[in-house]
Amino acid sequence: MPMKVGNRPFFEGVDKAIHDSFMVNAVSSAQDGLRGRKLSATIGDKALGDWEEWRSAGEEIRAHTLNNLDYYLKQLSDNFAARGGHVFFAETAEEARDYVKKVCKEKNAKHVVKAKSMVTEEISLNEALEEEGCEVLETDLAEFILQVDHDQPSHIVVPSVHKNRQQIRDAFKKLGYEGSDDPKELAGFARKTLRSKFLNADVGITGCNFAVADTGSICLVTNEGNANMVTSFPETQITVMGMERLVPTWKELDVVVSLLCRSSVGQRLTTYVTDITPKADQDAVDSPKDYHLVIVDAGRSNALGTDFQSALHCIRCAACINVCPVYRHIGGHAYGSIYPGPIGAVLSPILGGYEEYGKLPYASSLCAACSEACPVKIPLHKLLIRHREKYVEGGGHPPVMERAAMKGFSIGASSPMIFRAGTKMAPIILKPLVHDGSIPKGPGPMKPWTHGRDLPAPSKENFRDWFKKHKQQSATIQAKGTGESL
Amino acid sequence: MKVSLFTTCLGDLFYVDVLKDVTEVLERLGCEVDVPEGQVCCGQPAYNSGYAKDTKGPAKNMIRAFEHSDYIVCPSGSCATMFHEYPNFFADEPEWQEKAKNIADKTYEFTQFIVRVLGVVDVGAEYHARATLHTSCHMTRLLGEREAHYTLLKHVKGLDLVPLPNNYDCCGFGGTFSVKMFPISEQMVDEKIRHIEETDAEVVVGADASCLMNIGGRMKRLGRPIKVLHIAQILNSHQTEGAERHADESRKSTIL
Repeated sequence: MPMKVGNRPFFEGVDKAIHDSFMVNAVSSAQDGLRGRKLSATIGDKALGDWEEWRSAGEEIRAHTLNNLDYYLKQLSDNFAARGGHVFFAETAEEARDYVKKVCKEKNAKHVVKAKSMVTEEISLNEALEEEGCEVLETDLAEFILQVDHDQPSHIVVPSVHKNRQQIRDAFKKLGYEGSDDPKELAGFARKTLRSKFLNADVGITGCNFAVADTGSICLVTNEGNANMVTSFPETQITVMGMERLVPTWKELDVVVSLLCRSSVGQRLTTYVTDITPKADQDAVDSPKDYHLVIVDAGRSNALGTDFQSALHCIRCAACINVCPVYRHIGGHAYGSIYPGPIGAVLSPILGGYEEYGKLPYASSLCAACSEACPVKIPLHKLLIRHREKYVEGGGHPPVMERAAMKGFSIGASSPMIFRAGTKMAPIILKPLVHDGSIPKGPGPMKPWTHGRDLPAPSKENFRDWFKKHKQQSATIQAKGTGESL
Repeated sequence: MKVSLFTTCLGDLFYVDVLKDVTEVLERLGCEVDVPEGQVCCGQPAYNSGYAKDTKGPAKNMIRAFEHSDYIVCPSGSCATMFHEYPNFFADEPEWQEKAKNIADKTYEFTQFIVRVLGVVDVGAEYHARATLHTSCHMTRLLGEREAHYTLLKHVKGLDLVPLPNNYDCCGFGGTFSVKMFPISEQMVDEKIRHIEETDAEVVVGADASCLMNIGGRMKRLGRPIKVLHIAQILNSHQTEGAERHADESRKSTIL
């Protein structure tokens, strides 16, 4: 199934993850590093001006584009086609895969090279092409490592964040590598392996950081230079883009690229920011001869015109993932979706439904670190609550006991009398469970709490009763003219 | 100045001693405190779990209880934030939305009220200990109050306040998250405790009883000797070195 990572139910994935101390350490130290770099390139960069103004500009650009998505998609498509490119709108992942397969078949392609792309992971493109007999090679270093090791991404910007260099060396051994686990030597081996593949490739496939509607251009933001190789050698190019990943003009591109580079890896600009446009005439030498643009919906329309539309503002910087305390402890694979972390917990149910991804919106303490980090101000924690609402209102299967408890809560908290009675009864009812001032083991809804924590014993004294006495005492003291209370 | 105390359900249930300290600090600063009888829980546990419809009843009750108050003060940034959310619940009931806005506009978290409204930075407290502050997520990020609790603690005589590493990371409470996702929540609170221990603090202070219940509950289970205190307990202390912190010795000296 597209988008899915592994086959474990959510809690099994969590259980495996929290016992993987290597992964947890790798992820938390990566988070601390990325968070620090982001802060110094955003709030900490005085040359940039007010970061909050940049965020507002980003939000405005993305909201405007999504509010006029039909207009800009048409403009993009017209401009791309006018320059000789081919545009295909894929409503489903399957349609997107079929189109790419068809192009590869027509070109009799045997060797396909790819630059890093989350949307192609989302639609499981590699598997589809391999079934057709193509050799598909990931050329982004981290994606290459994962491909060699038959592993999947655990992060949308640094996909092999869960692997250390010993593990990478062991993976490379499968390709005959005999060197050390020195990163330079490992990278050198990957570079050498990839170089010959670039030269022999029939088709190059990329994702798309942003498309520019105004000129029909595709912008790729990279550090390794592999995307430039992918787009330079093969005569046939295919770019697969999520249908929301566009901006009106180069002016807006400037803003969102800055937001992306600074928020994702803390760079002012990445090493390469490459823009490709189909060739306008036969003499053009620096454009692909045959250029296809596949614009993928695959569930994105579900969010249009709903509370969730702002989830489509996402520019895939992973700033929310890099500050998420839940991701910090369970890593990416436990989410079971190629989109992990807060944005993954919002996006996955939109694209893949509650049946498959309904638990993800609950995998958040609603601390709002994600919303604070987002460079285009997506209110991620609020969207997680919206998902929970949809889930309990029929989208999913909330536990029966939970529904009953919430109903009971609503009734109890709607009546001051019942509520007061409840707070007075609690110390009496819970008294048998109290040991040494707290409750170490509780039944029912208290059980998961007391699995690892004590629950305080309810206060024996009632505050409202104390307050009444306290008021009377103060009044008496004042009446006696002895001055201030306490 | 008239102040209505929004006691919170955790306060009413578990932390009556904290509410007493809150009351006494406010009175010492010249406020006339009242406790509206009709108040219940603000509804956050249901709202954050997706039961928005079941939240309206409690919300209306709270609005009724506080609509005539001058100021509403709450010893929890998280519950105070909930009052600020109320206007969003009543998009289809304009009359209630108006009332909800009125409530939201006069609601403050306890330390926020002291610093921003009363304009006081030194409440005259004295507490001799090495302490670190847990800054709660809802207080800092949602309510937007990042300074008041620090400001007040910095002026407490005898208090050696040391920074908490990764203070921006959630402690793992998250309301129903702490029970629905308890295996993750436990990992989060364990990391929080490791960071607290790195500071060599004798006391961890916070302004939100829910986070403190989580951190304190885990520390109690692990047998850690660090005290967990609500900020009101510090601000109502007049401990001279070596003496008991408070005149009322029966009052709890820690959260758990």
